[in-house]
Amino acid sequence: MNLDIRYPIGWMFSLFGVILALFGLLGDKQIYARSLGININFDAGVGLLAFGIVMLLLAWRGSAKAKAGPQPGAQA
Amino acid sequence: MNLTAIDWVIMFLYFAFVLGIGIFLKRFMKTSTDFFLAGRSLPAWVCGIAFMAANLGAVEVIGMGASGAKYGIATSHFYWIGAIPAMVFIGLFMMPFYYGSRARSVPEFLRLRFDEKTRALNAISFAVMTIFSSGISMYAMAKLIQALHMLDVPLAKMGLPMSWSFHLSVFISALIVLGYVFLGGLTSAIYNEVLQFFLIVAGFLPLVFLGLKNVGGWSGLKTQLPSTFTHSWQGMTSAQTNPLGVEWFGLAMGLGFTLSFGYWCTNFLVVQRAMAAGSMTDARRTPLIAAVPKMFFPALVILPGMIALALPTPQQAVTVNGVVQMQPASNAGKGLIPLKIDVATGKPAVDREGRPVLDYDLAIPNMLLHYFPTGILGIGLTALLASFMSGMAGNVTAFNTVWTYDIYQAHIHKGASDKHYLHMGQFATVFGVLFSIGAAYTAARFNNLMDFLQLVFAFVNAPLFATFLLGMFWKRSTGHGAFTGLLCGTAAAAVHHGLTLPRGDLVGIKGGWIAVVHNYPSEMAQNFWTAIWAFAVCFVVTVGISLMTKPRADKELVGLVYSLTEKPSEEHLSWYQRPAYLGGLVLVLALVLNIIFR
Repeated sequence: MNLDIRYPIGWMFSLFGVILALFGLLGDKQIYARSLGININFDAGVGLLAFGIVMLLLAWRGSAKAKAGPQPGAQA
Repeated sequence: MNLTAIDWVIMFLYFAFVLGIGIFLKRFMKTSTDFFLAGRSLPAWVCGIAFMAANLGAVEVIGMGASGAKYGIATSHFYWIGAIPAMVFIGLFMMPFYYGSRARSVPEFLRLRFDEKTRALNAISFAVMTIFSSGISMYAMAKLIQALHMLDVPLAKMGLPMSWSFHLSVFISALIVLGYVFLGGLTSAIYNEVLQFFLIVAGFLPLVFLGLKNVGGWSGLKTQLPSTFTHSWQGMTSAQTNPLGVEWFGLAMGLGFTLSFGYWCTNFLVVQRAMAAGSMTDARRTPLIAAVPKMFFPALVILPGMIALALPTPQQAVTVNGVVQMQPASNAGKGLIPLKIDVATGKPAVDREGRPVLDYDLAIPNMLLHYFPTGILGIGLTALLASFMSGMAGNVTAFNTVWTYDIYQAHIHKGASDKHYLHMGQFATVFGVLFSIGAAYTAARFNNLMDFLQLVFAFVNAPLFATFLLGMFWKRSTGHGAFTGLLCGTAAAAVHHGLTLPRGDLVGIKGGWIAVVHNYPSEMAQNFWTAIWAFAVCFVVTVGISLMTKPRADKELVGLVYSLTEKPSEEHLSWYQRPAYLGGLVLVLALVLNIIFR
């Protein structure tokens, strides 16, 4: 199929990651009483951003490979 | 519930991505194969995640958390015994026939292997089942949204009555699912299942982390819960000494063999995901790849349920004789799990011995609300909604394919152009969703009817695996044998149910409606044994009738039966790409998990 799912995954999780990390950094810190004092928004945000970037890198590498031409034996 | 702008932003972004994928894929939907089978072109890892996630609907996330709270780690038998072996079996032994025969659906495989009547029986019962499952998913989601008061603030702002929460939830979820399946077909559904899978991990991993940290890790959890809750095999020698109320034989044969092979190896909802793969090797690897995350999912869905039970019950300050004391709140159950409230009376529900019943289904939602501040709460709730919606979408895509290929093309309008069937598939998506809405409202009005229907589906499904097993591995089995075997197996399931009753239950929907000749220690034991009986009767009858009827010529069965089909070659693959090695590795991992948590 002509859409590499890693792009939407990568973009969506990067976006979620940035939103959560910024909110964790700049927002009200009192809300973290319920999460045992851990700034869970910042931590999870950084994790999601890292995951999103890895997905995007994999997708870019994939499309670069596809541009270089299909390898012998690969599925058309 | 305190949802703020950031939670809504996350939710809307998710919906935008979901519909965006559908809109993007629209231009590639040129043939019916593109629409129903994703053009048979997806990579194995995408199909593998979708194979697992298609089953990760409402039942899984909420239900497994609830079972975790009710039965503890023994719930993981539904994964390690009740899924992994079957997933390895379909990948190694059955996929060569499903994929190799070029059948476009599971009922179509039955047509190729047996005959038209066997296909029709399977297609019609499956189509009806998918509509009701999708409707039940929609209903459960609307109920949860209502219970969490998610839409109360927006509804109040719009000046609408609170009762609209249910209508609005059903309407919006139906519209989104309809949108992306109509536009992008199976590809859209599969892509969203992949998205949903990662979202669930993203939402539940922090939840488990916080919960475990709170109770002092796994060892802390062990001290809080009875020992049968943290040992999956303890007390399994007898049904009386373990929380499931099932002995090891019923568990292994009922759950591990008939039920799980019947589901994972014959249900078109999951098999369709593997048929979308780009090559035979990828199709065979699909269930094996799916088995790896499946194996570790108990940590994400069962553990939160157990933690919810282990946490201290919320206290409230009460003044007794002028002294302030801390007491459990009046509606408090155990841990974070509240008492179940009887809808009719508004009072806590009690079982037959007068003990209050806990509302286990709220274990996971309450965990989310307990630990998650706004922000990550948006991720957690979006993950829940996503799982409900892709549960619906999975059923809708399976429905439109079976309807179009196995009912419409086979019996109503043969020999039309491919374009015609593509449009029929899109049209089927629309009325599939409309029927699901109907089913959701039926579920809301007649709860008993839904219980009854699910029981009937269980009877229909129970014998299926015997038919496929004989069809694929015994060339002598015939269409008449398969058809009669299926009918007798379903009848055997119904009769077994009618003759037995779980201990302490009333005669009726729970069983014993013919006469009670045997009492099972639990409903689960009864279910497992119903499946065992159905399988055995279907197997014996199929063999018997087959021997009396004329077999098909060997040359017609090439590619459909094991002994007449060339084994798929794996020689050109490196060892870690070979399905056989992958399958072995998966089984060893599952065994290790069983030993660790024995």
